[in-house]
Amino acid sequence: MTVGPDEETRDRKTWMGILARAEAGDLARLWQDLGPAPAHDVLRAPEIGGIMLRGRMGAVGDAFNMGEMSVTRCSVRLANGPDGHAYVQGRSRTKALQAALVDALMQSGAADAVRTKLLSPLAEIEAKRRASRAAKAAATKVDFFTMVRGED
Amino acid sequence: MYVAVKGGERAIDNAHAWLAEERRGDARVRELSVAQIREQMTLAVNRVMAEGSLYDPDLAALAIKQARGDLIEAVFLIRAYRTTLPRFGASRPMDTAAMACDRRVSATFKDAPGGQVLGPTFDYTHRLLDFKLAADGEVPFAPELADAEPSKDTPHIMEFLDREGLMQRDTDGRTPPRDLTREPLELPATRDLRLQALTRGDEGFVLGMAYSTQRGYARNHAFVAELRIGKVAVEMDIPELGFAVEIGEVELTECETVNQFAGSKTEPPQFTRGYGLVFGMSERKAISMALVDRALRWEELGEDNLGAPAQDAEFVLYHADNIQATGFLEHIKLPHYVDFQSELELIRKLRREATADRGAHRAAAE
Repeated sequence: MTVGPDEETRDRKTWMGILARAEAGDLARLWQDLGPAPAHDVLRAPEIGGIMLRGRMGAVGDAFNMGEMSVTRCSVRLANGPDGHAYVQGRSRTKALQAALVDALMQSGAADAVRTKLLSPLAEIEAKRRASRAAKAAATKVDFFTMVRGED
Repeated sequence: MYVAVKGGERAIDNAHAWLAEERRGDARVRELSVAQIREQMTLAVNRVMAEGSLYDPDLAALAIKQARGDLIEAVFLIRAYRTTLPRFGASRPMDTAAMACDRRVSATFKDAPGGQVLGPTFDYTHRLLDFKLAADGEVPFAPELADAEPSKDTPHIMEFLDREGLMQRDTDGRTPPRDLTREPLELPATRDLRLQALTRGDEGFVLGMAYSTQRGYARNHAFVAELRIGKVAVEMDIPELGFAVEIGEVELTECETVNQFAGSKTEPPQFTRGYGLVFGMSERKAISMALVDRALRWEELGEDNLGAPAQDAEFVLYHADNIQATGFLEHIKLPHYVDFQSELELIRKLRREATADRGAHRAAAE
């Protein structure tokens, strides 16, 4: 099956999102399990900075600046070619480096193994966490009942 | 005016050492970890992130520990740290309709699509001290609804009024927002700057201004059309890639108020909105922000200026920032020896003159 550029981009967006939202500890553990890091050059060493978060007036209108969020970014190049990039929330340099390496590996021959052993488990952890919160929220949903009024 | 003075280094060093010891408190009591503050003092952490204007729970927790629980001092530490961060860019405007809601209530529509979800709220608690918390307790358990549907986008309740045309619409003119951390706040301030100032403003100040509108200082009877709290994805265009990716998620509280509006020369009678959006679970702040936002919109909606404090953008925006306020307030405790010496000279001179005058009068009378 051939994969179009749109689909490729969508796929990459998905895994970069999973990596960014993952807890640094979960990513580190699964990264260790994957074996030794592939040979690579660091194009941009992990760098901590901030980005300005924007909201919308009335949720739908023009943008306004809310405040910043800490972000760490990193770029790598594997010895066999592809570049990997990461922009991840927080200040973990390790997480940013690992996320960039995973991004690069996902564009290499190792993609399937990385998907099975690292991305899928991370996605599962996230899905479980979300489902648990959604189920707790659902348990606090109000069931209204209207009292029958005496007068007609 | 204050004048540079030398000396006191040893006193200052010792004062700081004592501060560190006092911060630690009784050494027989176990030390508080940053993780404990982050997990168990979450609402304080949220407030420090909102007013410090930096979303980073670990740093906010550290700041609270360092500041001995003085939240404004913690906000100060976060603001100072924030200035050291290189700015990588800006997020796309966050889509709160896609929020994974922990809480979502409406005071205007009982049967709001998506339902009324209470979430982990203090509402309906009896505000009685719970002495069980003073003992080592078990880990509490929250029930989960077994067949809960997977969370999906929750539409904003305002949309329903929008569709009927009863609601003044906010539209996206794709104007890049201005940033008061990059340029000084000048008046008249556009709504983007007002919202930025309010969301990082002092919670107590914004609450007080909002309360004043409820008590009648600016006619502005608000209903909470919707209040929602939950996680929202942060998406940013990555220059290296040429497309946007999710780089994280943040917890936000959003409040939309609906207010009566009798219409003006240019607008038909309709409802108008106030808007609040704050980092973390910050319900009181978000509602307050929405009320003050609405009050400040009098001019663009063609309403009368009633002379209320909450309608006065200069008053609200220039006094909402607790770090600016603290800086100016607390500087008066720093050495003003020269200023005060000149005041002292002046008052002595005036008294001398007054005494001399009285003496001259007496002499003339005799």
